Amino acid sequence: MPHDHHDHEDHSQLDDMTARVMALEKLMTDKGLVDPAALDAILDTYETRVGPRNGARVVARAWTDPAFAEALTHDATTAIHAMGFGGRQGEHLTAVFNKPGLHNLVVCTLCSCYPWSVLGLPPVWYKSMPYRARAVSEPRAVLAEFGLTLPEDTAVRVWDSTAEMRYIVIPQRPEGTDGWTAEQLEPLVSRDSMIGTALAGVPA
Amino acid sequence: MPSETAAAIPGPRDATPHFFAPWQARAFALTVALSEAGHFAWTEWAEHLGARIGTATPVPDSATPGDHAEHYYLSWLAALEDLLRAKGLAEAALIRDLAETWQRAARATPHGTPIRFEAGL
Repeated sequence: MPHDHHDHEDHSQLDDMTARVMALEKLMTDKGLVDPAALDAILDTYETRVGPRNGARVVARAWTDPAFAEALTHDATTAIHAMGFGGRQGEHLTAVFNKPGLHNLVVCTLCSCYPWSVLGLPPVWYKSMPYRARAVSEPRAVLAEFGLTLPEDTAVRVWDSTAEMRYIVIPQRPEGTDGWTAEQLEPLVSRDSMIGTALAGVPA
Repeated sequence: MPSETAAAIPGPRDATPHFFAPWQARAFALTVALSEAGHFAWTEWAEHLGARIGTATPVPDSATPGDHAEHYYLSWLAALEDLLRAKGLAEAALIRDLAETWQRAARATPHGTPIRFEAGL
């Protein structure tokens, strides 16, 4: 943002966006429509407490607990909610499983719907126009920009999120992890692997 | 490789922050708080946000992740103003007046001192 400092060296300046947000916040607070403490609590939740580790726990459990994987397939909203990861916007979740010959990729072409309860806040690229526009039209080129090249015979299925339905990708369990516990597997599950722009990590 | 006409996806391999400025975080939190307080449904919000994003000017190819975040949150802020106006909760002129008061308050406030709204009245 350009800051106009030439004759206000010793005084504060607010850029237009900051002033507009402060105006809205004051108006909503003065009208009693929101509590400023609630805003702080929301930011604390999303910046520090909710993040892709929640999703990693879901994935690692799906890899190690067949009954849970089954429940996740049939009703991900309920299965994930039972782990204590509830959606704040009352959205439904669908878990889409990668398997040999099938790779899943999630986008929101309309805006930026994202499974916050399991992945936290979306990365900038997820909300960007190039990703939203290209994930559907040329998913393989998009994946290549993330450094992911899939075998020719692997189909890519793209899921377009909405405010009502959001998706989490369950990546394939890496080879060489037989006998690992869910706790050992969790660190192999990155945020991007649950959006579909990466695979689960390779064990060290 | 991206195709020749396709814009590159910003920062695919970087751990970039979600918010690039405090106003983006406040706008986000205000929207979630208003929805949680029952003033609008999240689906209504998504419709307004989608409409603003759909009509936003394209981001230049040279844009950084920070530019993309700002571009996105400008649509977010405009959508929030649209929705609050549609709900009769915030009139455009009133928002403008309050924003100008905050600007005056900032100009009247020495650096390093909290900005009080009253200083701009």
